[in-house]
Amino acid sequence: MLASCNYPSSFATYPFKFLTIKIVEALVARGVTKRYANHTALDQVDITVPEKSIFGLLGPNGAGKTTLIRIINQIINSDGGEITIFGQKLNPDHIGLIGYLPEERGLYKKLKVGEQLIYFARLKGLSKSEAVLKIKVWLEKFEIKDWWNKKVEDLSKGMAQKVQFISTVMHEPKLIILDEPFSGFDPVNAQLITDEILQLKQKGSTIIFSTHRMETVEDLCDDIVLINKSKVILEGTKKQVKAHYRTNTFTVEHRGAFSLNGSLYDLIRQETLEDDFHRSLVKMRTTGSPNQLIQDLTNVTEVFSFSEKVPTMSEIFITLVKGESNE
Amino acid sequence: MNKIWLIIQREFLNRVQKKSFLIATILLPLIFPAIMGVLVYVAKEQKKNATKETILYIDESGYFQSDSTKYIFKPFHGSLEDAKRAFNLDESFGLLYIPKFELTDPNGIKLYTKINPSPTDVADIERIFENHIKDLKMQQLKIDQKLLDQLKTSVTINSVKISEGGQEKSSDSKVLFGVGMGAGILMYMFIFIYGAQIMQGIIEEKMSKVVEVIVSSVRPFQLMMGKIIGLASVGLLQFLIWIILISTLSTVVLGMFGMQSPTQEMMQMNGQYAAATQGSNSLEILNAFTQIPWSYVIFNFLFYFIGGYLLYGALFAAVGSAVDSPAEAQQFMFPITIPMLISYFALFTFILQDPHGPISVWLSIIPFTSPIAMMGRIGFGVPLWQLLLSMALLVGGFILTTWFAGRIYRVGILMHGTKVNYKVLAKWFMQRG
Repeated sequence: MLASCNYPSSFATYPFKFLTIKIVEALVARGVTKRYANHTALDQVDITVPEKSIFGLLGPNGAGKTTLIRIINQIINSDGGEITIFGQKLNPDHIGLIGYLPEERGLYKKLKVGEQLIYFARLKGLSKSEAVLKIKVWLEKFEIKDWWNKKVEDLSKGMAQKVQFISTVMHEPKLIILDEPFSGFDPVNAQLITDEILQLKQKGSTIIFSTHRMETVEDLCDDIVLINKSKVILEGTKKQVKAHYRTNTFTVEHRGAFSLNGSLYDLIRQETLEDDFHRSLVKMRTTGSPNQLIQDLTNVTEVFSFSEKVPTMSEIFITLVKGESNE
Repeated sequence: MNKIWLIIQREFLNRVQKKSFLIATILLPLIFPAIMGVLVYVAKEQKKNATKETILYIDESGYFQSDSTKYIFKPFHGSLEDAKRAFNLDESFGLLYIPKFELTDPNGIKLYTKINPSPTDVADIERIFENHIKDLKMQQLKIDQKLLDQLKTSVTINSVKISEGGQEKSSDSKVLFGVGMGAGILMYMFIFIYGAQIMQGIIEEKMSKVVEVIVSSVRPFQLMMGKIIGLASVGLLQFLIWIILISTLSTVVLGMFGMQSPTQEMMQMNGQYAAATQGSNSLEILNAFTQIPWSYVIFNFLFYFIGGYLLYGALFAAVGSAVDSPAEAQQFMFPITIPMLISYFALFTFILQDPHGPISVWLSIIPFTSPIAMMGRIGFGVPLWQLLLSMALLVGGFILTTWFAGRIYRVGILMHGTKVNYKVLAKWFMQRG
């Protein structure tokens, strides 16, 4: 599959930016930099997270995603740059606005579910009575009301994951940051969480999603940013990114083999499905209308299906990251 | 601030609600006197019911007197070789061989035993000889026992401390010794137990990976201080409960046994001192006991407990944050325990022996050793300037270690699976925010 994605090499070598037209931004980072003794974890990182969207923060391991997330959560400080949240400079008052599910996460094993959630909620700034009300709503929603007095160590892993998710969202944060949210979740819980994430977005929350699971990005994210080696190498809406990485390649299923001569098309591959049925991958050398291709195809073969081959996020990701490391 | 308070509450309730806390707090003050009581009782019973050991003896000198309360001496008639053979066959404890000797030079006496004799056994038998030879010599020199008794004079010095205001207070150095020792050991235990609990708590948070969830809501420094202060309040509560329990219990016990407190028993057991110094009878010890300015001692204990605990607690916290498991923590415990051990051993070797000597004074001023060293000295009276200097340095010391620990902690808690050594710790320490 990969071999078929012949992106222009220039795309991979410099960061691409696309204009975002939305007005309100949940989070804007400008020139955020973090240096350690031996390496730079973040180098002049700019990101813009539109409000009420699901934002994918992508990148290979060690790219600097977690560092950026920790800076947004004020767990560590940046060495340079500025972050604004809903138009305000990042400050300790924002802690209550953010719900954070770290990749390295856990619960107090000896504490009871209820106690634990109340404690977390109060650390986020809720009063005790508020906390109890909100936690009860969530426990009811997940149908785990009777867990209130259970100790975490007596819960199964999947049960603990639900509690963990509740602890992230119970204080109704406007900005939810999920670092590899599905790692360690079983498929049932992963689906449950996915549904919740979509509902939270509908209710007006903004969600930053850090992951290297590209299927989830494909399904959920509206906007993405790709960080590699501490720099942003790609940013934009999922549509824009995908459109940009269109390669004018089309998949055709047809009866009767053909070969395309001439300067307009490249026949990348043709495989036989059964008898005289074939599937071909055709690339247009110039950006023309697909209608032209269909017309030309009907002259040489009988077309059954015709579709554009749009690159998956995974393909874009791998090409860009590989391109960087080949430099 | 509000959040630190939440953490303090959580830590406090977590510990106090545990059964182990309840058990330790209520049972410990009962266990110590109980163990002491049982030991005293057993020792007394043993003395009463001890079966007398048999010792065979061959006396070639004619000087041996075979009356003893501890042993039954059986004469053996025959050669030493025969005696050894006989001794091997029977149940006697020992075989004593006494060759002919001059009174001025009693040499060559041998004690054969099947097991190694204790020093007291040997000393007891030596004393039998010494007493008898002394009597014989007195007879030779024509000294009358009465005359000798008249030569003996018993002197008791009552030490009285005059305070600056001119008030006189009688003191008893043995009681002060006991108070210093008790307070010093208690300090050592408290700092160690509660310091280790801080470390354990932090390692647990790191291992369960809950820590990153928490530090997204509070600053790492707040979490560390909350934990340290929370545990300190548990320690103080425990200490207060002990004080109340012990003081009520001892009042009850004193009333029941007619002024015979267990501490006194211990004092008497403790030593040949007590036996030798005839003057200090139980009443005087009790008197000296009540003369100790308890509120002053307790106040200082609390101050040095809090100070020492904060000083060491911060270091324990730094270690806990740096490692992934309790086993890994061992390597970093060493430098922390060294000053503690130094002050603990110095407590017995210098401080209690010579509370006003230069080593004692310095140890009680240096922040790392002062909590234990000062407790050893406190009963003997410490000049105000030394106390204030020591306290000021202790406060400075824990501010320094807390700052130091905070810098390591904030980095350490977020690190997993890193191989940590001192170089890495130094790097973390230098790292900016």
